Amino acid sequence: MSAALKPTALQSSALAFLSRFEGLRARLPGDVAIRDEAAGILRSTGLPGPREEAWRYTHLRSLAEVEFNEPLTPVADCADLLSRIPDFDAPRLIFVDGRFRDDLSTVPSLAAVRVGGPAFGALAQPASEKLVALNTMLAEDGADISVPAGVDAGTVVLVSLGTDLHGRAVAFHPRHNISLGKGAKLTLVEIAVGDGVYLHNPVLSVAVSPEATMTHLRIQDESRSAFVLSTVYADVGEGGTYDSFLLALGGKLTRAEIHARLGGPNAIAHLNAAQLLADHQHADFTTIVSHDAPNCASRQTVKTVLSGKSRGVFQGKIEVARVAQKTDGYQMNQALLLSPDCEMDSKPQLEIYADDVKCSHGATVGELDAEQLFYLRSRGVPAAEARMMLVRAFLDEALEPITHEATRTAMEHAIALWWERQAA
Amino acid sequence: MLEIKNLEAAIGDKAILRGIDLVVPKGEVHAIMGPNGSGKSTLSYVLSGRPGYDVTGGTATFDGHDLLSMEPEERAALGVFLAFQYPVELPGVGNANFLRTALNAQKRARGEAEIDAPGFLKLARAEMKRLSMPDDMLKRNVNVGFSGGEKKRNEVLQMAILKPKLAILDETDSGLDIDALKIVADGVNSQRGPDFSAVVITHYQRLLDYIVPDRVHVLSAGRIIRSGGPELALELEANGYAAIVAEAA
Repeated sequence: MSAALKPTALQSSALAFLSRFEGLRARLPGDVAIRDEAAGILRSTGLPGPREEAWRYTHLRSLAEVEFNEPLTPVADCADLLSRIPDFDAPRLIFVDGRFRDDLSTVPSLAAVRVGGPAFGALAQPASEKLVALNTMLAEDGADISVPAGVDAGTVVLVSLGTDLHGRAVAFHPRHNISLGKGAKLTLVEIAVGDGVYLHNPVLSVAVSPEATMTHLRIQDESRSAFVLSTVYADVGEGGTYDSFLLALGGKLTRAEIHARLGGPNAIAHLNAAQLLADHQHADFTTIVSHDAPNCASRQTVKTVLSGKSRGVFQGKIEVARVAQKTDGYQMNQALLLSPDCEMDSKPQLEIYADDVKCSHGATVGELDAEQLFYLRSRGVPAAEARMMLVRAFLDEALEPITHEATRTAMEHAIALWWERQAA
Repeated sequence: MLEIKNLEAAIGDKAILRGIDLVVPKGEVHAIMGPNGSGKSTLSYVLSGRPGYDVTGGTATFDGHDLLSMEPEERAALGVFLAFQYPVELPGVGNANFLRTALNAQKRARGEAEIDAPGFLKLARAEMKRLSMPDDMLKRNVNVGFSGGEKKRNEVLQMAILKPKLAILDETDSGLDIDALKIVADGVNSQRGPDFSAVVITHYQRLLDYIVPDRVHVLSAGRIIRSGGPELALELEANGYAAIVAEAA
């Protein structure tokens, strides 16, 4: 029976990663004890499988079929990939196949940045997620960015380029850590592009001190043959804000998981996203918001546009602890199906242990509205342009809160290109 | 000139239009009146190309072009404009963007130069002033949160900006108070000229006090059963549809 075979494939894939670790163990930078702990976890549990509730809709089977190798030391100028990165008037940290490239990067002046090894941070623990364990075991590099108390560090761009220069599939596991001091501010724009088959498995921790504001804007436009499994841990102190938006267009099989903990009173988390999927793409957006203090607010507006035979997944969990009175939680997932062969799985989960809270959630799945389409066409707008206008309008609610002008422009551009590809 | 010959249309198996003959010469405004269910709205939808209606017979041409074989956007570029009875809300689409996209799409289809954003704003503001519409209606999403009267005024604004050669007004008077009715009528009247013709579909004579038609046609059970001058509308108002329908039967 096939059900018995799947864990085996996943298990052998985990073993391949473990044996890679054994070979690299002596050469990997930093603390080896935490890597050994991670390896122990992977050895006993393997990669996440379909029997786990959190992985019911996203199977790593196709990933387990690929043999991943160590990336070679990159020397190429990556001009073609870099040309896909919009020009921001801001310092940018460029990682090629998971390794920092000093020659391509510009280092920010208002934030302290350390590179050259994994920035493990304290928030993401190998024991909490298997993909974090995999990352911890094999992480080679990452950015450790810290913004001192009271400093507005402006914008920093974090770029990941996945190359196809190795002639075979590679895997990289960057480990980033961001910390904001009390009242500090940072806008981190993450842009990821790539070519060919690879696994990008980044883990990023974000510690937001009281009264600090972290704006985290992400454009995931990776290779359409790539596996992208990202995990973010954000912890927000009293009166702090973690405001995040993910635009996901790329990848073959992707999952973006965010754990946001509101640990002090009056903290805010926004976990908004737009997914635009085509062909056989599979994209999973999974969020876990933990309200651990009173008077906190969380907002999630997730919009998914599906065409071809693509599949979208949204899993949104809101946990409200007993102490988290006056919690204000909102979650909305809307999907627009452009073809009869696509699929959306939407799973809201509310776990509420406080008695004075306001939590709402909703999910809708629909097609383009025929009335709206005719209205536009009756005014002279050609059918394809009218459909684009309605798709863009559908995304508007999720994009609207993005005030960072350059990112907004880059996202509009990426969405327009996505549409051109569909129309072609 | 709009020429409709023996036009028949159905929704699924249900025949709605059962042989309409109508000629609206250039420069003229014709009113179509009739009881509910007579096919007035269907006629407007068939002429503008709304999906879901099967044309089962007859022809409709505008300035010699076969309307029925064209896409809705091609009809619009040719100069056909439908003012909707129930204007559609477009959340996430700004009114200004909508209007400029539509205008430029039509210009592009006709091989004309497109209008830039400042030029468009100037044009739109002037037309809005004439229609007593506040400037902020350009910034709002199309018809979202508009009152019934605002929606109808927005239809007339679109007409004023797109400058069609043939306007089909589908019960544009419904839901309007008398002041809004006058504004809407003024908007239509300001388009009148040798190159503008209109088909005004209405239930009530009231609108025709303000948009005085050249001809009035009575539609019943999918056919035009009587035509006449503006006085026909007054007769309908006085005697109701029943008498004329009975007479025609």
